[in-house]
Amino acid sequence: MHIVDTVNQSLRRVPTWTIYIVGAAWVVWMFYLAATDQMGPEPINALEREYGELGLKLIVLGLMVTPLRTWTGVNLLKFRRAIGVTAFFVVLAHFLVWAVLDVQSFGRMWTEVVKRPYVTVGMIAFVLMVPLALTSNNRSIRKLGANWRKLHKLTYPVAVLAVLHYIWLVKGFQIEPIVYALIVGGLLALRVKLRQRRAVKPGGLAVGE
Amino acid sequence: MAYRWTNDLTRADITPKSAYLNRRQILAGTVGLGAIGIAGSASAQDALEPNTLEEIRTYNNYYEFGVGKNDPAQNAHQLDTSNWTVKIDGLVDNPGDYALADLLSGLSVEDRLYRFRCVEAWSMVIPWNGIELADILNKVGVQSSAKYVAFETVVQPDNMIGVRNRVLDFPYVEGLRLDEAMHPLTIMATGIYDEPLANQNGAPMRLVVPWKYGFKSIKSIVRITLTDEEPPISWNKANRREYGFYSNVNPTVDHPRWSQATERRVGGGLFASRQDTLMFNGYPEVASLYEGMDLSEFF
Repeated sequence: MHIVDTVNQSLRRVPTWTIYIVGAAWVVWMFYLAATDQMGPEPINALEREYGELGLKLIVLGLMVTPLRTWTGVNLLKFRRAIGVTAFFVVLAHFLVWAVLDVQSFGRMWTEVVKRPYVTVGMIAFVLMVPLALTSNNRSIRKLGANWRKLHKLTYPVAVLAVLHYIWLVKGFQIEPIVYALIVGGLLALRVKLRQRRAVKPGGLAVGE
Repeated sequence: MAYRWTNDLTRADITPKSAYLNRRQILAGTVGLGAIGIAGSASAQDALEPNTLEEIRTYNNYYEFGVGKNDPAQNAHQLDTSNWTVKIDGLVDNPGDYALADLLSGLSVEDRLYRFRCVEAWSMVIPWNGIELADILNKVGVQSSAKYVAFETVVQPDNMIGVRNRVLDFPYVEGLRLDEAMHPLTIMATGIYDEPLANQNGAPMRLVVPWKYGFKSIKSIVRITLTDEEPPISWNKANRREYGFYSNVNPTVDHPRWSQATERRVGGGLFASRQDTLMFNGYPEVASLYEGMDLSEFF
């Protein structure tokens, strides 16, 4: 427990806005690399992929906050909103690169969304993230009350769709998307388990938001 | 039997090494544009400017060396191309294991500036050096019962990370109908820009079929088999619905993953616009091979 305490103490000293600053700086830095020929000879797909992968990583990280605290004691709760909102902005960047730089027209965007299942699920995941980002503030939490919690359960379908988007996108048998699928599947299973435990022991584990 | 195909691009059209090494300066206007010398090219060949050697060598699909576009450039140095032999078998008069030099000796190497279109909707223009496949096939003697040609890529598990990861069912195999294989546009490439093929480009010898999607142009070939039935091809085995045996570049037949109506030239930077994909990748002379065939059925 000693290490966990030290980790939590140092985490307490890190302000949450660090996440936004680092996230934004990273997005801008990647764009700079792509725009200055430092991301290979085909920077559009490379940038699209960088943003997409970080978006997925942040979604997964957001889902890990509660189980991480429950099972290891490491407390990232105060960063969860920042992680979620940053995930949304990175996925927005991913979407914009796709729309503006990659497919380059509304007509083609529509065709892609309708015709290609991996684009369809990616787009659904992105759309589901919009209300989550819009309600990630204290006022919305107060206003929505218990509904806020229900609404933010959308994080799970978002994560599942994002992984599906990745699995469908790659050709052949590739390891990376399968690793993400295993992690998200594992987190979902943990969440179910946690809920069962809570049902047996009411008040035993307070999981704050 | 060389030069059956009248190439309207000549050696003069190929960017000299001094120029392609500095293509960005040329584009910036600091070096005379005359060095590129694309004047006098025919309609579909207009403004065909080859990609730089660096682009051609750093943006590759060669799944034996990893699935990232830069992975082959990082990993393909492990490929062992020494003492390369090509097994030729099936319906041929002179089957056997040929040392590469013996197989190609006496055949003329030509320059072919071809468009290269990947099924993933990116494209390049590549100045190949190669031998017409027909010359090689005639040398080994194709029997009259042969209808197809099957090709196989080398498998060196110790040197190929993608083989160990089982990305596909290796060895990678491909095939052509005999008339496609004998078409003068079809070549066995041994070089690019007058330099031997880099490993990631399919050293020491790879197929180039410019009117088909790039995955048909199988790399690092160790076996050529003449057969009377359509041979299996790797991507079709992996996904029957998405990849057909013919896989001709065809903007009107969509792939489930990528629209084939447009493409993006590699090397255009972050703000490159898409361009229309041409039927048969701009090689209409092959259309007669498919007369009477429904190309949406035989995709």
